[in-house]
Amino acid sequence: MIKTILIDDEPLARSITREYLQAYADIEVVQECNDGFEGVKAITQHKPDLIFLDIQMPKINGFEMLELIDTPPAVIFTTAFDEYAMKAFEAHAIDYLLKPFSKDRFDKAMQKWKLQQSKGEQPAKLLTEEIRQPEERNRVVVKEGGNIRIIPVHEIQYIEAYDDYVKIFTLKEMFLKKKTMGFYEQSLNADQFVRVHRSYIIQLNQLTRIEPLEKDTHVALLKSGTRVPLSKTGYTKLKSVLGL
Amino acid sequence: MPASSKFFSSKLTLGYVAWWLVLISIEAYAITDAFDFSWVVALQDATTMIVLVAVAGQIMHNSVRYYQPSLKRSFQMIAWSIALAILCVVAHRFIVTTYLLPDNQPYLTYLAGSYIFRGLFIWIMISMMGTISWIWFYFQDQRASESREQDVIKLAREAELTTLRQQLQPHFLFNSLNSISALAGSRPEEARKMIQQLSDFLRGTIKRDNQQLVTLEEELNHLYLYLEIEKVRFGHRMKTEIEKDEAASGMMLPSLLLQPVVENAIKFGLYDTTGEIIIRIRAQAKENELVVTVENPFDAETTQPKQGVGFGLTGIQRRLYLLYARNNLLTTRQEGNQLFITEVTIPQKA
Repeated sequence: MIKTILIDDEPLARSITREYLQAYADIEVVQECNDGFEGVKAITQHKPDLIFLDIQMPKINGFEMLELIDTPPAVIFTTAFDEYAMKAFEAHAIDYLLKPFSKDRFDKAMQKWKLQQSKGEQPAKLLTEEIRQPEERNRVVVKEGGNIRIIPVHEIQYIEAYDDYVKIFTLKEMFLKKKTMGFYEQSLNADQFVRVHRSYIIQLNQLTRIEPLEKDTHVALLKSGTRVPLSKTGYTKLKSVLGL
Repeated sequence: MPASSKFFSSKLTLGYVAWWLVLISIEAYAITDAFDFSWVVALQDATTMIVLVAVAGQIMHNSVRYYQPSLKRSFQMIAWSIALAILCVVAHRFIVTTYLLPDNQPYLTYLAGSYIFRGLFIWIMISMMGTISWIWFYFQDQRASESREQDVIKLAREAELTTLRQQLQPHFLFNSLNSISALAGSRPEEARKMIQQLSDFLRGTIKRDNQQLVTLEEELNHLYLYLEIEKVRFGHRMKTEIEKDEAASGMMLPSLLLQPVVENAIKFGLYDTTGEIIIRIRAQAKENELVVTVENPFDAETTQPKQGVGFGLTGIQRRLYLLYARNNLLTTRQEGNQLFITEVTIPQKA
């Protein structure tokens, strides 16, 4: 049996997918989820082969939910987003279904998925760097133990590179997330966050002082007392952002 | 040229002619009185001169109409008026000495002594006409550009209002259609009902006039349609409560103002929390104002307090500003850690 999970905050929207899936005897809907939180749990628990995922959902959107899963299953997006927005991640999911979608269109998506499966191909990895939603500028979603935490960006002090991960430092805590520095450099508001070093991004309102370290090198002193090294270009960038 | 046609409207023309006649009489009187010339001589002198002045004045008027010098370049006009004055003196002398009174020796003597005084008088007259014309055309221009400016503002305002109103979320439409599609399979009767509701809602949105005022009653009816549709989609977690003062029912507000406010509250409430939510809408009549508050829950832990109204309400604020020229008609506040309140105030015409 092939396991699938439907994740959408509208029961009626899930019911239509469920109805279309009745034609596929080998596919079982193991769970329906109302939001991304339930989605993460259900996926971790059932390890489905395929999920149908809405994008706009409570608390965290579909992309943010996928970020929280280490080995995501194959994804078919079901969304009312316009085509233009969807083009951006066309290549990164099995398919996307624009609501309302017909049975024919649905079957096509299923064929695509089966074809990929039979070839033994892994679904293209989601490159969510390219498809940020506006709300993602204001928050970062992280997993902490079994819990999902939403950090408003204004609580972030700085971000530090850590192998394939980044460490996100708030005033009280540190969170690990599998993302690149480039992602945050691009997605966070440039008036608010500056990449001051290959391995560091700081939030400007956390900065209290720039101190010289040795000849030509500087560190940024943050409100919390943390010192963050500045690269030469980072120092220049910081100065220009501050208007010095 | 509307400006000059107005300038020469019948009444003005009459006054203009009368003015010159008066001048002719005064001058003729002065000449008979001061120099003891006969009325015939005096009138010939005065009429010639004043007609010349009138012609010069007209030339001046036309010059100013087609070329309005700035104050800095007014010396050009002064030079032009002096030249015209000299020309008038010369022409006057030529006409009276050649055609009218060639043999009247006492008059010719008097004429020879009066050139400077005469020239000055003519120049003052011409300058005066030039100045009046200049002021006249200046205000004409001003008025024209002012009304143009107002037209531009009005047009821009209308265009903006249309766009603001048409920002009906395509999301809403497509998701509603999707719900209908889902219902069509299992519960066709409900699907049909929702199509009806959606059609009524869309019709209500399309047919309304830009700046039309409607009663609260009408606006709420439109809002009910919208809420019914949203409940098909989100009924499993959303409830709505609507309260209104009896006195508020007949109060007026711009059409389609409340729906986007409520839409915003619903979105905010639904996407910021995962549990059940209640959207409360309350309309109160206060002295000369209709006050509508919309309440939605939110999660203070994950939503950062925003500056200004934010949350997609700026469009509505802008619309209220365009209609009432006031910036404080839409406000938002948080109550405790869970309620977000949007308040819209609509001034009523006394």
